[in-house]
Amino acid sequence: MSSERVTRIGLRTVALGYLFALLFVPVGIVLYKTFEPGLGNVWASITTPAAIHAFWLTIMVTAIAVPLNTALGILAALVLVRGRIRGKPLLDALIDLPFAVSPIVVGLSLVLVYGANGWFGGALANAGIQVIFSWPGIVLATIFVTLPFVVREVAPVLREVGDEQEQAAATLGASRRQTFVRITLPAIRWGIAYGVVLSTARAIGEFGAVSVVSGRISGQTETLTLLVQKRFENFDLAGAYAASALLAMIAMTTLLALTVIKPRKEHQ
Amino acid sequence: MSTPDLTAQDLGAAPRHRGRGRSRETAAAAGRPGPLAAGVVVLWLSLIVLLPLSAVVAKSLDGGVGAFWDAVSSRQAVDALKFTLLVSFAVALVNAVAGTLIAWVLVRDSFPGKRIVNALIDLPFALPTIVAGIVLLALYGHDSPVGIDIAFTRSAVALALLFVTLPFVVRSVQPVLIELDRDMEEAAASLGAGGWTTFRRIVLPNLGPAIISGCALAFARAVGEFGSIVLISGNIPFQTQVASVFVFKQIESDAPITAAAVSVVLLVLSLGVLLAIRGVGSWGGRHEL
Repeated sequence: MSSERVTRIGLRTVALGYLFALLFVPVGIVLYKTFEPGLGNVWASITTPAAIHAFWLTIMVTAIAVPLNTALGILAALVLVRGRIRGKPLLDALIDLPFAVSPIVVGLSLVLVYGANGWFGGALANAGIQVIFSWPGIVLATIFVTLPFVVREVAPVLREVGDEQEQAAATLGASRRQTFVRITLPAIRWGIAYGVVLSTARAIGEFGAVSVVSGRISGQTETLTLLVQKRFENFDLAGAYAASALLAMIAMTTLLALTVIKPRKEHQ
Repeated sequence: MSTPDLTAQDLGAAPRHRGRGRSRETAAAAGRPGPLAAGVVVLWLSLIVLLPLSAVVAKSLDGGVGAFWDAVSSRQAVDALKFTLLVSFAVALVNAVAGTLIAWVLVRDSFPGKRIVNALIDLPFALPTIVAGIVLLALYGHDSPVGIDIAFTRSAVALALLFVTLPFVVRSVQPVLIELDRDMEEAAASLGAGGWTTFRRIVLPNLGPAIISGCALAFARAVGEFGSIVLISGNIPFQTQVASVFVFKQIESDAPITAAAVSVVLLVLSLGVLLAIRGVGSWGGRHEL
């Protein structure tokens, strides 16, 4: 018995040691170093004009990308689970594609389509629309990388709940819209919420794809993650830490939200 | 809310709806998406994902197959790809052991603060990758408070990849371990098997598929990783340069064909791995941030 106890405590020590060395201590040090000089400095650092612009740009991009992917994601989940179309396994596989693509390749792909020398480059220039090195490019990159999240959360819930209630509603004469709003949507709402939180976190945190398409113009196309990199490379360590701490706190809020949503999602 | 016209015929037809011959209107009202919905989804996917990716493939072949081959067989590209594969494989292996161990401790052990530790496992998915690089440099960089400076080394790249891929194996093994029936283990123990034997002969075979699929996800993620590596690797060609950073440098120095060619190799690699685990049927497509 006691040898079993020794093993258990040994395994616990190794596992927690690994987590502390890899995850908890590094994140803790940045948080500590950020707040050590005092809250005033942190506040000053995250309220510079460049930082405020980066913050709002990040929020704006997220506010466009996430609702679009949510609406299309719900539709895609419905098609995948209930649709009667050919090639469903292929569609299912293709929806996961963004998970398999390096963020850098995402950025490159958008440059090759919408950049000055890209497929639509000439047409867009004639129309006076700039996509690459401008915010639409950042939005497209963000939509690309967050595309699968809502689908992947909603589809299993739809599969789980089945469609008997919808059939009953339809049989009793409910219209398509009524059935969706009163039966389907309430059934999948926590799945949607989970997907939205995941998409939002990824949208706010996306770096690689955005860094290729944004052009990193301070006060114009610089998102929060790009600001972190610029400050670090310009030896503004305190500034980089402050912006990192802000993003880390957003990430922890995300985890908290997921922890709250998860049991509800699974309880349904 | 206005009641749609409900006729006796509809009501009379209701029982038959359970069978195969469900009427179109009922199917539609029951939330069964029609061809229009499928069309919209396919169009969205094509515009956002497929069209751009086909541009990468097209660009990589812009100068013909010869130019593609030259691009991916240059010394720098080969070294970057080789290092990427090697380090991703090593990271997947470390994850197989560390991830399984962490999942085990989280399921079978109990200690104060376990719930917080469990919630924080997902932090690498929620944390922006550039911030991951910054936090690792804060502890293991030039100003390391513990005197360990591994910045700009191959170990640093491995460390960054271990950080960002941490949750994959833990989160794929954990649910299987929770579901696992303890009876078999107790039987093995009562027949005199020691803890390690029981784990190796009883538990591990049950966890196998979950460990493999977690490793595959970690590998696919590591192959394409950029944000957490860009600062900590120092991007030294032939040494710490990974494929994604190589592609980034090629984009910056206006060499789109080379960038596209190496991108295609990356794409094929991670896609191959993900399709393989899909084939195995244990696709854990949850949670990846």
